[in-house]
Amino acid sequence: MDVIRRFLAAAFGAALLAHAPAFAQQKFITVASTTSTEQSGLFKHILPIFEQKTGIQVRVVALGTGQALDMGKRGDADVVFVHAKPLEEKFVAEGFGVKRFEVMYNDFVLVGPKSDPAKVSGTKDIVAALQKIKAAQAPFASRGDKSGTHFAEVRLWKDAGVDIAKDKGPWYRETGSGMGPTLNTASGMNAYALTDRGTWLSFKNRGDLVISVEGDKRLFNQYGVMLVNPATHPHVKKDMGQAFVDWVISDEGQQAIAGFRIGGEQLFFPNAAP
Amino acid sequence: MNSLHEAFAQAAALVASGDPALVDIVLLSLRVSLSAVCIATLIGLPIGAAIGVGRFPGRRALIVVLNALMGLPPVVVGLLVYLLLSRAGPLGELGILFTPAAMVIAQSILILPIIAALARQAIEDAWTEYQEQLRSLGAGRLSAAFTLLRDTRFSLLTAVLAGFGRAAAEVGAVMIVGGNIDGVTRVMTTAIALETSKGDLPLALGLGVILISLVLILNAAAYLTKEAAQRRYG
Amino acid sequence: MRAPSSILPLALVEVTFAAGGRTIVDAITCEIGPSARTVIVGPNGAGKSVLMRLCHGLLAPTTGRIEWRGAGASAVGRRQAMVFQRPVMLRRSAQANIEYALALHGVPRRDRWALARDALGRVGLGHLAERPARVLSGGEQQRLAIARAWALRPEVLFLDEPTASLDPTATREIEAAIDAIHASGTKIVMTTHNLGQARRLADEILFLHQGRLVERAPAIRFFTSPATAEAAAFIKGELPWT
Repeated sequence: MDVIRRFLAAAFGAALLAHAPAFAQQKFITVASTTSTEQSGLFKHILPIFEQKTGIQVRVVALGTGQALDMGKRGDADVVFVHAKPLEEKFVAEGFGVKRFEVMYNDFVLVGPKSDPAKVSGTKDIVAALQKIKAAQAPFASRGDKSGTHFAEVRLWKDAGVDIAKDKGPWYRETGSGMGPTLNTASGMNAYALTDRGTWLSFKNRGDLVISVEGDKRLFNQYGVMLVNPATHPHVKKDMGQAFVDWVISDEGQQAIAGFRIGGEQLFFPNAAP
Repeated sequence: MNSLHEAFAQAAALVASGDPALVDIVLLSLRVSLSAVCIATLIGLPIGAAIGVGRFPGRRALIVVLNALMGLPPVVVGLLVYLLLSRAGPLGELGILFTPAAMVIAQSILILPIIAALARQAIEDAWTEYQEQLRSLGAGRLSAAFTLLRDTRFSLLTAVLAGFGRAAAEVGAVMIVGGNIDGVTRVMTTAIALETSKGDLPLALGLGVILISLVLILNAAAYLTKEAAQRRYG
Repeated sequence: MRAPSSILPLALVEVTFAAGGRTIVDAITCEIGPSARTVIVGPNGAGKSVLMRLCHGLLAPTTGRIEWRGAGASAVGRRQAMVFQRPVMLRRSAQANIEYALALHGVPRRDRWALARDALGRVGLGHLAERPARVLSGGEQQRLAIARAWALRPEVLFLDEPTASLDPTATREIEAAIDAIHASGTKIVMTTHNLGQARRLADEILFLHQGRLVERAPAIRFFTSPATAEAAAFIKGELPWT
């Protein structure tokens, strides 16, 4: 008879259901990582292998590298898996991380419209390409979000002799968002953009965008992994977290990374120090 | 409108496939948002009734604040709850950041003002009509408030549904406090945001179609129940 | 049932009520005793309804005093009830509406059902007990309001224009219910602007005009030989309805 009462009863039941799994005892660790690794599908490929072997569930929160490191600093992650070497080294030096291990690399590519208004395709020289884009005032979409990719892009502009903070004009658009949204923006306004290859390969809404520049050594993108320091954050699950770090840089983990392919193309190249 | 067509085809294909991952996401969405609605209702209705019936200093200011809070940005709520539940925050000990419980808390805070403010309006309107009669029968303010909560139940259902709609549709708060973890805290809206950023717009839109359909079905069921009951009780 | 001591008489001493700069009830002094049916008449705007609310306790006088002077006056809140021109029914059955009032008056749960049924039967609504109150007709709702007030076993029952918005058949049913309540020993105080109704029901008349108590008389004398010019004009239907 009573609508509200019935509705409340249903909601109560739902509330109980929602909380049961959250508090169930389960072996898991939280990994702060980047959108590029999560969205490319790498984790979906390698994590089940690790879980099968150890029974440890890995919960990945995908953010920009800056945010992911910040999450580690606050103690909200057990392991950080990102790609901005100088920031990572600072993270460890400040006592937030235990030790940084190199895991793998992929590369950045410069994508742009097929019509190529800045005439940059064909070259391998990313620095020259950026100079041409600036000279032509061709539209360029930047992450602008302090992520690893944004960090790399700013470094490349510097190599090209452009102080982008000062020299940017209306042609340079900062989206302030992740790789995917930035590519959506670039696709929508036919702009150039710097992206990691993994996100690009799994990105579907390309429109007229194609790869303009690739293969320059300066486009190399190194990933590192580190356990959040239990001395700073005592609740860190150090044994399970270290087990994950150890596995990722082990032969088995490295092979799993090498085995991840999209359309036959290998996305990440393991290079952990033996 | 090719992509719209594609989106509906995607939605139909997704539903037809009965993909267990999708089912989990849908169920988690419903669990989180319904739990939040339940909590916000239990707290919000008494608050709305108290403000609707009560007379105390600062009441009008409180109403203005409550009405303004209906427009709370989800991202701000998410950030607030994130800072509270973070290990470095005051409630870090609980260790519930990046769990459905954290998402329920954030959504409860988000929709509490909506339910309380709409309830306040309904109760206050009814109070104008009922006041003399209830006082004549010997009801104090407290018992009058409970009587009004019961007698305005049809209007209150609308308030609760408004809260549910907001909870089910928001992405900013659950993204921040849930982390969009695959299989743990991924709900419909964060999945849509993820597929959008992967550039798979038809899939994102397809998920959107499913979400809207679910909300529509729930609202229709609630509305029909309410109408039938209202016809009976006048 | 033991007979508690009476709350009556009700005394009004220089009672004035003003709102928004207008004096609505102006220095009324009178005493209302037991048993008789007291009917307050007067043109619209004379202050009848406000006077009724002052007596019932819903409004407090701006100046002056309202005193229940009987030996049982300490329990006055529970010993008098009121029926409004437009009663508000709760969204529940007719039966439950009466049980609600009984609960507010501290009647034990086990006694409520029977008392409510009895009250419904007395106003001829026994067959509609389980019907939602809000879907009843206007006349039925008014009879339900009377039953709800009556179930509380008040010593005094105030009725404010109880038939103002009803058709003649419904009006007759209400008047019959009022008669029955009076016959059971309840003091009736009611307002009406319907002179025919006043003639049918009143034992004594209080005539209000522009907020003042102009004349008070036994009903027969009031209608046959009014003492004031205003009352005479009102009976002839000459007073403006403003």
